[in-house]
Amino acid sequence: MADPRYEQIAILSALLGYGVLSLDFGISPAQGALTLGAAIATEWLGCRIRPVGRPGRRFHVASPLITGLSLCLLLRVDDPVLAAIAATLAIASKFVLRIDGRHVVNPSALGLALVLAFSDRAWISSGQWGSVVLAAALVVCAGSHIVRRARRSDVTWTFAAATVGLVAARALWLGDPFEVAFHGLSSGALLLFTFFMISDPRTTPASRAGRVTFALTVAALAHALRFGFYEPNAPIWALVACSPLLPLLDRWLPATERGAQTDGGFHAIPTHAQLPHSHAHALRS
Amino acid sequence: MRSRLMLSCLILTLTLFGADTAQAFCGFYVAKADTKIFNRASQVVLVRDGKRTVLTMVNDFQGDPSDFALVVPVPTFLERGQIHVGDAAVVDHLDAYTAPRLVEYHDPDPCRPPVVMEMMRSTASPARGDSAARRKSLGVTIEASYTVGEYDILILSAEQSDGLETWLRENDYQIPEGASEILGSYLKQGMRFFVAKVNIEERERLGFTKLRPLQIAYEHGRFMLPIRLGMVNANGPQELFVYALTRKGRVETTNYRTVRLPTGMDLPGLVANKFPDFYRDMFSEQTRKENSKVVFLEYAWDMSWCDPCAADPLSPDELRQLGVFWLDGEASNSPPTQPPVRPMPRRGGAAQDVFVTRLHVRYDAAHFPDDLQFQTTGDRSNFQGRFVMRHAFKGEMQCEAGKQYRSQLPARREAEAQSLASLTGWDIDEIRKEMEISGESSTGEGEASESAQDEENGEASWWDQLWGSD
Repeated sequence: MADPRYEQIAILSALLGYGVLSLDFGISPAQGALTLGAAIATEWLGCRIRPVGRPGRRFHVASPLITGLSLCLLLRVDDPVLAAIAATLAIASKFVLRIDGRHVVNPSALGLALVLAFSDRAWISSGQWGSVVLAAALVVCAGSHIVRRARRSDVTWTFAAATVGLVAARALWLGDPFEVAFHGLSSGALLLFTFFMISDPRTTPASRAGRVTFALTVAALAHALRFGFYEPNAPIWALVACSPLLPLLDRWLPATERGAQTDGGFHAIPTHAQLPHSHAHALRS
Repeated sequence: MRSRLMLSCLILTLTLFGADTAQAFCGFYVAKADTKIFNRASQVVLVRDGKRTVLTMVNDFQGDPSDFALVVPVPTFLERGQIHVGDAAVVDHLDAYTAPRLVEYHDPDPCRPPVVMEMMRSTASPARGDSAARRKSLGVTIEASYTVGEYDILILSAEQSDGLETWLRENDYQIPEGASEILGSYLKQGMRFFVAKVNIEERERLGFTKLRPLQIAYEHGRFMLPIRLGMVNANGPQELFVYALTRKGRVETTNYRTVRLPTGMDLPGLVANKFPDFYRDMFSEQTRKENSKVVFLEYAWDMSWCDPCAADPLSPDELRQLGVFWLDGEASNSPPTQPPVRPMPRRGGAAQDVFVTRLHVRYDAAHFPDDLQFQTTGDRSNFQGRFVMRHAFKGEMQCEAGKQYRSQLPARREAEAQSLASLTGWDIDEIRKEMEISGESSTGEGEASESAQDEENGEASWWDQLWGSD
């Protein structure tokens, strides 16, 4: 099966192109170039500098490109240098923050969270996607997942179902029409998060039970942050906050042999250069 | 008499203003288009930093003051000191400062080296009492009641929306059908209701003929404007202007697209005489093109300066009146307010540490199901709705460049006409005809802080320092 990352690059590039040309996305060419350049350069450096005694990693442009494109789609900055910093931190985290031989925090989410937390000049414009492009993107992303029958899609579908369910339950409790409730879900950031971030095979638990537990936890925390603390970027914070659960879930709910087999599916933001081969290796670890 | 209820957002009626002329950087500032040209418009000033919000609601209610009533969901209980009556003139000034503007430039002699054109381009970047027993049986709690200026104000909470609705009806508030569910939703979200009526005696004693804007200050994570109640019985779309004042940067909606108003276009000179019409029709056309689903950004600028200025930036004193609470210390050092008669660009003036965003939205229930949610971004880049009128050079032109310049003029006029038609939806043939009649378009026919006090220590609250105790 063809490397699914090329398909992701195509979808992300199309979204970015449409957003820049038609939706006033507010991203300058300098920011785009700096983000992608910094992501690729950091990946290249990370592959070159390896601890002694460990096998080196072959550099591949796809992984940093996907992280960079995700950052381009989500991150808005007053100074393009901040975008470069976010991309550098995102990719560097893959090489630095490692437990049991794998990185545990989603690189894009971590890059975003760090820049949002430490700078007043960065933000996420989640409302800038028109409803038309959102609907089209939803169909393409969901369709792609279904066609590929990606095993890791369970994270995406569980998260999506839990998010919609929680919002629907809240609307029922408040007596709000569903139209009001679901309006809040029509966010480009949420869509990217659901299909491209939370399903990253490198930063989700190895077993299905673990993945479902993980997705439910992230969805519940995101819901609480959004409606209890009025945090507009709730899913990003929730995903970063839940990352420490990964090694724990892998220990409590280890993958069975069958579940550990690689699927070559629609991997969101895979961060290892040698997918699907290294992916299988990571799952067994 | 039953009070007429104005839910959530307010009604403003239409008057036209006169265009004024003043010199500005690299050209003449000719006209601005303020909010008064729109029917049924509300204006809201949102001052926000951290979790602190000061909301000013401008009300141009034209009817009998005894008919006026306002019900606004608020996220927290409000003490007396958190409510204030402001001055509409300051909001008018803010409106004028942020309004879309028309500027005019005179082409230089093409036979001399042109140096000004590039510079010109570079600037574009736009209760009544009720028996306590009855109230209790309905589950409605009057948490507080105040008289502030000419208003009687209640802070209500309730256990059930039905009880609240019944109580409001029994107390002569006309609640439209369908409001109950929305009241219930806000109640379950822990919100209270800020209810205001005009105290006729106080109003006569104070001598104000127009109702002044109500201001509330509170500290809460929610950064939103409740518009759902106002849409229940709305007759067609409503117009809303939001002026956001922050320390960090531009404000945008998180649950609707924020789109920049078209800006920087060259337009025929005939626009000078009807710039308000142009603005109104242009806004309608742009709203239509975006399927009525977006919020328009009309102005985003650092309050220290402007270029060209439709009006002077607001003084620290005016900003403080609007609720900019972080200017502590600066106001006392600054000179008293100068009358706004010098609409010149100001660069590097006294740093105000205030960034203003002007948002304009035409909303109805079909296209805006949910309240407006906002976020402050770190974007400090300047934007203004600015339109340009270029007067052709009319002197002697003997050189080759002059001939070339003259031959390009018809194409330029046509492009200006096309721009105008595309922006407003006006008939292109009518525009061409009008340009011909006026001998246009190359002639100049249109000359036209942070409060450091710790509340828990019993010291004055930040809002007390803002308005004092009145």
